[in-house]
Amino acid sequence: MGETIQSVERAAAILRLLASGPRQLGVAELARALGLPKGTLHGILRTLVRVGFVEQDQETGKYRLGATLLHLGSSYLDVNELRARSINWADALAGRSRESAWIGTLHEGHVLVIHHVFRPDNSMQTLQVGTYLPTHASALGKVLLAYDPYDEPPAGPLEPYTKNTLADPAALERELDLVRSRGWAAEMEELTEGEVAIAAPIKDPRGLVVGAIGIRGAVERLAPGGELHMEYVSYVRDAARAITRDLAR
Amino acid sequence: MPRPHYIAAIDQGTTSSRCIVFDEGGHIISVAQREHRQIFPRPGWVEHDAGEIWQCVRGVLAEAVSGAGIDNGQIAALGITNQRETTVLWERDTGRPVCPAVVWQDTRTDALTRSLADREPLFRERAGLPLHTYFSGPKIRWLLDEHDLRERAERGEVLFGTMDSWLLWNLTGRHITDVTNASRTMLMNIHTLEWDDELLAALGVPRAMLPEIRPSAEVYGRTQDGVPVASALGDQQAALFGQTCFSPGEVKSTYGSGSFLLMNTGHEPVVSKHGLLTTVGYQIGAGPATYALEGAIAVTGSLVQWLRDNLGLISSAAEIETLARTVDDNGGCYFVPAFSGLFAPHWRSDARGVIAGLTGFVTKGHIARAVLEATAWQTREVVDAMNADSGLDLTTLRADGGMTADNLLMQTLADVLAVPVIRPMVSETTALGAAYAAGLATGYWPDLDSLRANWHKAAEWRPAIDEQVREREYRNWKKAVARTLDWVEQEECA
Repeated sequence: MGETIQSVERAAAILRLLASGPRQLGVAELARALGLPKGTLHGILRTLVRVGFVEQDQETGKYRLGATLLHLGSSYLDVNELRARSINWADALAGRSRESAWIGTLHEGHVLVIHHVFRPDNSMQTLQVGTYLPTHASALGKVLLAYDPYDEPPAGPLEPYTKNTLADPAALERELDLVRSRGWAAEMEELTEGEVAIAAPIKDPRGLVVGAIGIRGAVERLAPGGELHMEYVSYVRDAARAITRDLAR
Repeated sequence: MPRPHYIAAIDQGTTSSRCIVFDEGGHIISVAQREHRQIFPRPGWVEHDAGEIWQCVRGVLAEAVSGAGIDNGQIAALGITNQRETTVLWERDTGRPVCPAVVWQDTRTDALTRSLADREPLFRERAGLPLHTYFSGPKIRWLLDEHDLRERAERGEVLFGTMDSWLLWNLTGRHITDVTNASRTMLMNIHTLEWDDELLAALGVPRAMLPEIRPSAEVYGRTQDGVPVASALGDQQAALFGQTCFSPGEVKSTYGSGSFLLMNTGHEPVVSKHGLLTTVGYQIGAGPATYALEGAIAVTGSLVQWLRDNLGLISSAAEIETLARTVDDNGGCYFVPAFSGLFAPHWRSDARGVIAGLTGFVTKGHIARAVLEATAWQTREVVDAMNADSGLDLTTLRADGGMTADNLLMQTLADVLAVPVIRPMVSETTALGAAYAAGLATGYWPDLDSLRANWHKAAEWRPAIDEQVREREYRNWKKAVARTLDWVEQEECA
């Protein structure tokens, strides 16, 4: 355990105290209970009020837990909700690109496929919802790693699936920098020979990346001669933006 | 390079009006939507303001066209699809509604329909429908009686229309309806496709107030902006068309608040012996009508909403899947949502909802499973009735509508039906069907084959449970259904 920050510990103690009963507490009561000077408490309380974790009663001047804090535990986006909100745009993406469309979220260092639309050529395909993709060797995974608010590392060592897989951590870091600067990710035959993929981030109303959407298809269609057709990149980014816009409603 | 022309479709639904602009590939270009008020003046009554709905439709039409970045000149045709059976009466001279519109869910005609019980064989044989509050005819009769409008209706001063008629009147100035909507009134002879004097007499509806019955796809007229108005279909028939179920035996199932399975039965009406409705599927121009058998299930998606709004077990409809996946099975519990009686194939208005098989072991996760399974088993009952009536065995189910986003429901459907379940690429099949019909009428699409070429499979779920398990679960479901019957006693119905 490294060093800790005293004012964060004190803030936590204030929140714990306010959560311990139904009563609102004044500065004097808090100061007595925590054994802290009122001046120190005022500064911490002011900060907690500003971020919405604590509210001050207008009439009594006493403090209680804030609404923001109460919503903190339940504000994550359910993956089934994400699928329901994305389904029309994922269909349109598959329709325009004539390739299969995919949506993934980060799950214990892997990409969990939460939605899959077949390539619209009526060929035999199997639904891949519920399967996992490696983060470092997929476009969806690179987007999710690049924007992961918790900075979760890829699960296990970086397994080389093909000669193109980014199996070196430093190379992967450089690639994630590129993803962040461009706002989208490519995967060029890094998981399966002959297949390439493109993905872009889906953001929640707070701006956090909650998933990635992309397409996957044969290299000769999406990147003939080894260069990605930028038309496909714009289809993917349009779909990601449309879902992000819908989530903000 | 595709032609720079598009097709617009108005989807006038129960809770909102939408307009969607499609391109030649059937891809969505833009969507506009406005909700209208649901008016509940008394328990069991549901009304709409037809004037408000027309304003919403005008609004979404303009918004969808401008949202697509195009102008009216680039719209090759406009199609209409609508909530069915909802009944509007208006004045010919002013075009103003003379009373609130009575919505399909409204049960105020319960006593009226029961008083007509001795005519039930006539309605079944001529109209292809059971005697039920669901259809327009009894609603017209009730409005004429209660608002004292009979004489004015006989003189043709007060007109009747379902929502398609009301919109066509406002868009083109003509008093017409399409044959699919007319097949839901109990006034049209399902064999001749004309208003039937005996049906009119049985319900006491004057002929002078009725619109002219037209095919589902032809140029009815033009909007003020010059756009040809070229199709009208009831919403479920439009979904059948949008799923390109053009051959006899093809079936679609739409999962919304309720669920509706329709099977194309070709050019002859099939009278059901197993509790299905005989209805017109579509009629393109001067061609023959295509009929359909329909299984209407009143409560499916609305049960999930009930779990969210009335029990608070989930905070959004999609979370039902998350909650249901916290357990591996239903824990022995079964939920039959007979909230307003049972529709197809039972048609029992005396039934009420039941959760059966409860023990101390059952958790909210099990109840969530039972809720999803209720949609699947109700579908199974309708599919069994369809197989029995048609003599064909369903080989795949084409499912569309909002609930198809629920993967667990789709897998459960495949499991209980023992056939693959397929989701098409455009789940907005209702609006797409109206667009297709309008595009055919105006030559935007050349033929049915060009529409079939637009249909693509977006996902497929295959059955994954043992026959033994399936049969045991179906037996349990049927036991639970039996426990819903005979709940409401006759005098309470009134």
